[in-house]
Amino acid sequence: MRIGDSLPEWHVEATPTFVISTALATRDFQDVHHDRDLAIQRGSKDIFINILTTTGLVQRYVTDWAGPEALVRQVNIRLGAPCYAYDTLKFFGQVIEREEQDLTIEVVGRTDHGDHVTGTVKIEVPA
Amino acid sequence: MIDVEKEAARIAEQGESAPRLARDPVNLPMINNWLEAIGDQHPGYTEVAPPAMVQVWTMAGLHGQRTLDDPLGAMMKILDEAGFTSVVATNSDQTYHRYLKVGEHVSVTTSLEDVTGPKKTALGEGWFVTTRSTWYVGDEPVAEMRFRVLKFRPAEKPAPRPEVPKAQAIRPAINRDTEYFWEGCRNEELRIQRCGGCGLLRHPPGPMCPECGATKPKYLVSDGRGVVYSYVVHHHPQVPGKQTPFVIALVELDEGVRMLGELEGEPSIGLPVEVVFTKVDEELTMPSWRPRADR
Repeated sequence: MRIGDSLPEWHVEATPTFVISTALATRDFQDVHHDRDLAIQRGSKDIFINILTTTGLVQRYVTDWAGPEALVRQVNIRLGAPCYAYDTLKFFGQVIEREEQDLTIEVVGRTDHGDHVTGTVKIEVPA
Repeated sequence: MIDVEKEAARIAEQGESAPRLARDPVNLPMINNWLEAIGDQHPGYTEVAPPAMVQVWTMAGLHGQRTLDDPLGAMMKILDEAGFTSVVATNSDQTYHRYLKVGEHVSVTTSLEDVTGPKKTALGEGWFVTTRSTWYVGDEPVAEMRFRVLKFRPAEKPAPRPEVPKAQAIRPAINRDTEYFWEGCRNEELRIQRCGGCGLLRHPPGPMCPECGATKPKYLVSDGRGVVYSYVVHHHPQVPGKQTPFVIALVELDEGVRMLGELEGEPSIGLPVEVVFTKVDEELTMPSWRPRADR
């Protein structure tokens, strides 16, 4: 794991079931995450993924790559375009810093509408 | 008229809200529901929770009400009254001091860190509201979060895309190494740098031959024909003087060097193309590619 190493590209199919089950599993009951009629009424195209799920996906993307021994210390994310039901969310990542056992990984999650999430994850890996 | 900044200062001065206890202690059924929904097969979450779940433990729930001293709720109410009725989360920066163990019962406090605005955004005019939350187990801080939302007044209709006048097109940086190339374009000649020492053809131009080290480059005039070696379709961001999407192709010329340029029409690898020159003004003529008629 060195500076410049890329994470394998990862695709998440944001089916309505995925959007709703993750919203409920993160205890987020805002209607725009499970009720399409209300989401459209509020000016959205469809229901969309909630921010707690995006944080969870970013963490999973990094730990799937780094392995279960890696400890997650920080997840910093910035949201852009919403990830709607039926979107494919494509993750890309790269190691941008390494200081001994502390790594910083830059992550981008993108749909056809643009960047849904950009951020960094700090992890600590075993020596 | 509501003075948003004054109200924000008042709420910020109140400092941290009283600790609010999570509905449940950290527990395996909720962890497993989360792992199942996210699709995370990490084997390590049997005695500790995924760190990214920290906010989940203290979510208000289906019938949740904000507590009276919750600074985010108070700020949202003020901005609602000021006409900024819509909200979207923009940033979440979470720091985990340690992993939470099953059975631990967290509480959370929140303070108002910053309110900035009014700012013009793509969604409409609005205020960025930043809060800082700290999760505790007993007196021990275990995680922190900076959370930012945009509270905005929805735009009547989406702002029209700004028109980019052609005169603002990005111009090449022309120097002594590249002047011959642009002079060639003005004369509708596609020039390829050729080493004055060993004769090697090279592009893009440079001062010294990578093969023999000679510093007296010459050029030959290409017949301007080649095939598409690779290409990208550029959608975003907007480029001055261009309508998106457009195609940038890397063309392998018959002479053997590769050259970048815009391609008109449908791109494909191996597509036979020829050069076309477009005069921007007296100073600048741009080469680009078009499919060959005789392909």
